[in-house]
Amino acid sequence: MNFTLLLRVAWQALRRNATRSFLTMLGIIIGVGAVITSMAIGSGAQAAVLAQIESLGANLVIVIPGAVSSGGVSLGTGTRTSLKLPDADAIAQQVPEVAAAAPSSQTSAQVVAGGTNWFTTIAGSTTSWPQVNNWNVAQGRFFTADEQAHAAKIAVLGSTVAASLFPGGGAVGSGVVIKNVPFRVVGVLDTKGQTGFGRDRDDTVVVPITTLLDRLTGNSWVGNIAISATSPEAVPGVIDATERLLRLRHHLAAYQPDDFSVRNISDVQQVRLATSQTQTLLLAGIAVVSLVVGGIGIMNIMLVSVTERTREIGLRMAVGARGRDILLQFLVEALTLACAGGLIGIVLGLATAQATSALGHWPVLVSPFSMILGFTSAALVGVVFGFYPAQRAAALDPIVALRYE
Amino acid sequence: MAEIPAMGRPPAAGNGWLIEVEGLTKVYGEGPAAVHALRGVSLRIRAGEFVAIMGPSGSGKSTFMHLLGCLDHPTSGSYRLAGEEVSRLSRDRLALVRNTRIGFVFQSFNLLSRTSALENVELPMLYAGVPRDQRLRGARGLLEQVGLGERLNHKPSELSGGQQQRVAIARALANGAPLLMADEPTGNLDSTSSAEIMTLFRRLNRERSITVVVVTHDMQVAAWSNRVVTFKDGLITDDRPAEDAIPASVRENVGAPEEVRA
Repeated sequence: MNFTLLLRVAWQALRRNATRSFLTMLGIIIGVGAVITSMAIGSGAQAAVLAQIESLGANLVIVIPGAVSSGGVSLGTGTRTSLKLPDADAIAQQVPEVAAAAPSSQTSAQVVAGGTNWFTTIAGSTTSWPQVNNWNVAQGRFFTADEQAHAAKIAVLGSTVAASLFPGGGAVGSGVVIKNVPFRVVGVLDTKGQTGFGRDRDDTVVVPITTLLDRLTGNSWVGNIAISATSPEAVPGVIDATERLLRLRHHLAAYQPDDFSVRNISDVQQVRLATSQTQTLLLAGIAVVSLVVGGIGIMNIMLVSVTERTREIGLRMAVGARGRDILLQFLVEALTLACAGGLIGIVLGLATAQATSALGHWPVLVSPFSMILGFTSAALVGVVFGFYPAQRAAALDPIVALRYE
Repeated sequence: MAEIPAMGRPPAAGNGWLIEVEGLTKVYGEGPAAVHALRGVSLRIRAGEFVAIMGPSGSGKSTFMHLLGCLDHPTSGSYRLAGEEVSRLSRDRLALVRNTRIGFVFQSFNLLSRTSALENVELPMLYAGVPRDQRLRGARGLLEQVGLGERLNHKPSELSGGQQQRVAIARALANGAPLLMADEPTGNLDSTSSAEIMTLFRRLNRERSITVVVVTHDMQVAAWSNRVVTFKDGLITDDRPAEDAIPASVRENVGAPEEVRA
């Protein structure tokens, strides 16, 4: 018997019990769907984190105020306010292999331009901000060292803010009011898009940190210092030297803990990456369990089918079917069941991935590899779990089979 | 019905015996619980004979039928079919023998349900690897020969018992087998259909020299044959021409014409 014919016979047999066949396929459908979805979510999250690392720069080291916690207890006093502007200057000048050190602080405020207003994040930083953040100006210019030194009332807008306040364009050169202080817009930033977790990074305004501290927040503490090392390899040395310099500058005795922490940004992202990998693994586990359960379902139904069709098997043997003809017939039937389930599972997985992306704002990335993997696993399950029932059918004694009631 | 052309292979070995059985035994189980279904049966059937095998249930006639049909291996003894020793062949080789040399007709028809008459007749050809167009042509021709040319695409559930049995006979002839084995072929049929089926067997036997072996416990069926072999307790107890074995009253009653035993 040729293969097309086997397929047709299998298809007829499955269609005869359409509902039963579908229910049998459910396990495989869910399994393959889970494979596709988990891999789409996993690689989506991974791609997002990697993109973020790339956009932040792998050389980035961040100093934040506050002590590291020890044994779950936060140590140190006045932890939120330990970094000042001169710390950043000292790092830039004294730590070797530092390309730039940009202190920054943030606040949230209403930005008004004419009749429109927009609530956004106001970031204060220095002229090295574009370099450290790997983020350039699209129109106009960034503020200058001179403007920074004089705490000039000058602002650079993120593209979302620019588009919201000046829908017709012409942001550069216009005036905006932040917390009743008039600012002049000198530039608009490149569009960076959303973070991997759905925050719009273009929804921001950058002003000189001096201006932010003097005019908007009214204190002298900076939120963090972003340091750009000259190369990724220099990062550990920079972290070490920065820690020693800041302890010295903050007059910390040997027994006192740090009142700041220095982190490598890619370390932070690595943790997120690991988290998303754990989630992927968990979903993959569910997929495997579901496929095995689906396989057992197929085996069960195929055993029922062999029993129901014992007389048919006997008749086929009587007219000349060999053991392997019968084996092949039932194997192809199990395979058809599994592969049909696999195909439906792929469709289900794609739909679930899209729904996850649309409703949960999760980044997803469907790879052709995951579809091939899902389909192959389904086919494999069909062969593995279909073999025993097919073997039983093939081993039937023709006389017993013919007389089976 | 159209005349049936001879299309089978030369049916017999050189000596004219299609079936040569020598000292055949069959034992089920082992030790004290063993059942001796056949205790040493010897029988020879010529190509072109029409033989009825009779006997009460448990006489061993069904076991003998299975061995003749190559569905089972004997415990001992020899069985030559068309000159070839088949009693020790492997399962796969036996399947090949069944496929090409033996056609089966069963009491309960054993057609594939929800499958057309045409496809049922094609089945043995599928396993013989006959190409599709040749299968279709052959199956259509056979169904026309058994008078079902108008019902090619009917499913078994849409056919009467007699028609279903005729599909089964067409299927038994599909690969041009020289030997037709029928196990109580009229057991599920009314007397009119029974007569039709037996007439068909007789025509196939006479016009195409197909050897027919019918297992039955029914005198009226045996009356269509030209030789009656009787089994009892695993042995052949009687073997004689039908006109000696079947009372004249029965023969006249079933309307089997004299020429049957010519």
